[in-house]
Amino acid sequence: MGKEVHSESALDRVEKEHAEWLEEYRKAVKKVPERTNRFSTVSDLEIKPLYTPLDIQNKDFFEEVGFPGKYPYTRGVQSTMYRARHWTMRMFAGLGNADDTNQRFHYLINHGETGLSTAFDFPTLMGYDTSSPLARGECGKCGVAIDTVEDMGRLFANINLEEVTTSMTINPPASIMWAMYIANAERQGFSRKKLGGTIQNDCLKEFIAQKTLMLPPGPSLRLVTDTVEFGTREVPRWNTISISGYHIREAGATAVQELAFTIYDGITYVEEAIKRGLKVDDFACRLSFFWNSHIDFFEEIAKMRASRRLWARLMKERFGAKDPRSMLMRFHTQTAGCSLTAQEPYNNVIRTTMEGLAAVLGGTQSLHTNSLDEVYMIPSEQAALIALRTQQVIAEETGVTNVIDPLGGSYFVEALTDKMEEEALAYIRKLDELGGMVAAIERDYPQMEIADAAFHFQKQIESGEKTVIGVNKYLSDRPDLEFVLKIDDEIERNQIERTERFKENRDKAAFQKAMDELRRRCEGPPCWDNNVMPALIDAVRAGATEQECCDLYRDVFGTYTDPGSF
Amino acid sequence: MDIIQQIVSGDVRTIARVLRDIDDELPSSRSVLQRLHPHTGKAHVIGFTGSPGVGKSSLVDQIATAYRKESKTVGILAVDPTSPFTGGAILGDRIRMQRHFLDPGVFIRSLATRGQFGGLSKSTNDMVNVLDAAGKDVVLVETVGVGQDEVEIANSAHTTVLVMVPGMGDDIQAIKAGVMEIGNIFVVNKADREGSRKTVRELMNLVEIGARRRNDENWEPQIVETEAVKGRGIDKLCETIESHKAYLQAAGSEKWREASQKRIRLQLLGALRDEAFRAILARIEKSGDSIDEIVRRIVARESDPYTVVQQIVDGLR
Amino acid sequence: MANARKLRILVAKPGLDGHDRGARVVARAFRDAGFEVIYTGCHQTPEQIVSTAIQEDVDLIGLSILSGAHRYSFPRIMELLKENNAQDISVIGGGIFPLEDIPTLKAAGIKELFEPGAKLSDIIDWVGTNIIPRREAE
Repeated sequence: MGKEVHSESALDRVEKEHAEWLEEYRKAVKKVPERTNRFSTVSDLEIKPLYTPLDIQNKDFFEEVGFPGKYPYTRGVQSTMYRARHWTMRMFAGLGNADDTNQRFHYLINHGETGLSTAFDFPTLMGYDTSSPLARGECGKCGVAIDTVEDMGRLFANINLEEVTTSMTINPPASIMWAMYIANAERQGFSRKKLGGTIQNDCLKEFIAQKTLMLPPGPSLRLVTDTVEFGTREVPRWNTISISGYHIREAGATAVQELAFTIYDGITYVEEAIKRGLKVDDFACRLSFFWNSHIDFFEEIAKMRASRRLWARLMKERFGAKDPRSMLMRFHTQTAGCSLTAQEPYNNVIRTTMEGLAAVLGGTQSLHTNSLDEVYMIPSEQAALIALRTQQVIAEETGVTNVIDPLGGSYFVEALTDKMEEEALAYIRKLDELGGMVAAIERDYPQMEIADAAFHFQKQIESGEKTVIGVNKYLSDRPDLEFVLKIDDEIERNQIERTERFKENRDKAAFQKAMDELRRRCEGPPCWDNNVMPALIDAVRAGATEQECCDLYRDVFGTYTDPGSF
Repeated sequence: MDIIQQIVSGDVRTIARVLRDIDDELPSSRSVLQRLHPHTGKAHVIGFTGSPGVGKSSLVDQIATAYRKESKTVGILAVDPTSPFTGGAILGDRIRMQRHFLDPGVFIRSLATRGQFGGLSKSTNDMVNVLDAAGKDVVLVETVGVGQDEVEIANSAHTTVLVMVPGMGDDIQAIKAGVMEIGNIFVVNKADREGSRKTVRELMNLVEIGARRRNDENWEPQIVETEAVKGRGIDKLCETIESHKAYLQAAGSEKWREASQKRIRLQLLGALRDEAFRAILARIEKSGDSIDEIVRRIVARESDPYTVVQQIVDGLR
Repeated sequence: MANARKLRILVAKPGLDGHDRGARVVARAFRDAGFEVIYTGCHQTPEQIVSTAIQEDVDLIGLSILSGAHRYSFPRIMELLKENNAQDISVIGGGIFPLEDIPTLKAAGIKELFEPGAKLSDIIDWVGTNIIPRREAE
């Protein structure tokens, strides 16, 4: 944005020459027509043929773009970005039982992964032990089955928990899994003050998109706030919420919807913590975010750049944050599972590469790259290694990490960044009008917006307006995959037996005492003295299983069913 | 076993299939209904109406639970709209009633309006009769809840429950516009929300005004506050529903008979209209004419709709 | 003047996963094709699904699952239909399946399986060709 192009006289010239070019363009497409009558992003945002200084002429460089590590952080949250350290390569992993997943963790670490990320199976995600009748056939299929603190111990066996950071994708039962993690780490001699990692713990996006539903919104938020409060006091290096757009996007949202609904979830968590009596600068630095990197390259980069600016401004202006760390949007990224195809699965490597690159150019702090076989099953070791190697190639071969925010200043990317922010702000205003996110969820507002977008996209694929190679264009017989993970159905029985033995061996009196205290705290008004976390840590130490804690939650707080409207 | 016996003995598969035949207007379903008639007239039919999102399904779910605690059997008919463009429908009221899916004492059926206005499908009354004959102690009917003209339910149910939520000014307006008269019981659901007391007060005023217009001066409409998702206020609502039933059945059950007569009159007129219409269409075809041909003549201005209708009706005499 | 039979389809999600994007998109497409769709939301047990299918007298159950538990839930649903003498209700599935599971599921009686990338128009065509509404009750 050199002075000479932006001066008024120069802009006049750009305008004039732009008009001339447009005239040429129109003439040319009369001879050779455009490939389509409407160019748009994968989210159906219309795109012009060319962007020029005219598109960013009102832009204040210092206010809106600025420098990396400086407000409003459009260009990145650190001053050095990847010139000092690459992002954390954090592969989402979980399969079978705790031992199987521990083995996978070590395999990934041995191949250069730099952070852990735990995928739980569905009974664990929904707050059921493997023995529950609802869990039949699910054990270890989509992640690791964890019922007890003893399982947690085997999951992280021989891993230095003060050195590696661990992410756990768990939502309604997040407080319980975190309690098990802390209890296990302390038993192994690690200090809770030095534990680093993340629990996803984002209940709002469950109501909106992922539908891992357990408790009604009110009690769900209370438990999230308990963890924020506990983390602030006791586990200062832990990210207590990973405010997630990923699942919103996977459910079919547009990039703008992903951005807006997620940021609004963030607003809601901040408001709840402030209501609890916490000071914004005491906890905001422990909130982290989680974006989806979809197949539309520039749209994703623009979304990530806009997200940093939006959050920084909201924290400063809406919540009066003073500490710059409170304004930083630090985020994890995962490439888009829903962009992968079962047809010609090897092409998924290419999609993941592009999406991973977009995440890096968007300035992510950590990254999971999907494996090519995830359209059939959770990843095999071979496929997971290719996915990890994809990140390593981006980081260490391509040179894209040598310069910070290399697309900053691009007329197109800056204009698209502005567009993302502007449209997200319109949604944020709408959600304010609806009375906040909980009220909007109860009215099915975000759910319906997403369902409409998902249906619209599917229609675009069927009409050929949007292309998916191997699905609606260039079809061929797919080659069979050479590797597919198999999860033995037997592990279900073994897991049930192991948990039964564990329950038989626990001190019944100590267990009951701990559960009584947990119930007392749940039933009491939300405050530090009734914070569930200390009681949960005692309860899981005394042998409480995940489901026993969740059954207590369900009993005290009630359950929730998705409105499911169309 | 005879199909009638199967229905009366509560055979789920047969009941479900007959309901479908009725909905699809299969001629065979008429003979089933004829033979079922002697077995009907026992169930308490309770209608739930109100705008979308007020929580009708959750209330129905809770009321069903309450009746099940008293070991009464429950039939539920939940009506959702048919798309006027495609003729298809998504019927999702069941989502709220999942805990009853495996209870043999509860039969739930989702139905679509199939072009009918007024909040019910054309088949709803006949379906109520089947569930009644099948021995359900209560039949809960949930209307579509889209329009503000949903008064059909009042003719179909013994007891009509009108559901609303606090702070929806439009609802109160709708009530003023005439829906007021159909409610025997008013529920202010989601009563934990701001403005609940205000809504109740406004309703009380309207009940007083409305009472003067009602022909049933002996039942003063009751107002109940509930929080359906938490089960709060449900006992009170059940008591109120039961007290309305007691009122209808008091002193020789004159009111109960009146309500039943209203239902039967409606069904009779409906059946008569359908049957007469079918007969007339058959007659036209028999005469070698056709509706298409008549339309052509009218479009060509060789005739007009009024004359044609008059001629057809005169021909019946 | 009997109307044509209206096709009734139950769109159900067995398993504990909440990925309802596919189920919802397909339910809408069925509605737009003129069918009556009963939608029961996520996390349904095989027992709930079969009970609903019978009470609603559907012609077809469309199952959507992405949790990997299909190896248990699909055959269980077929078994329950048989126990309830309701084998005339057809069952199809959609979601994420390892290729090697597909023959097993079809052998259990699942009529067709649609994977990610399946076109709505293909699913609807399949229903139109393969599902004939049943005859009257008597």
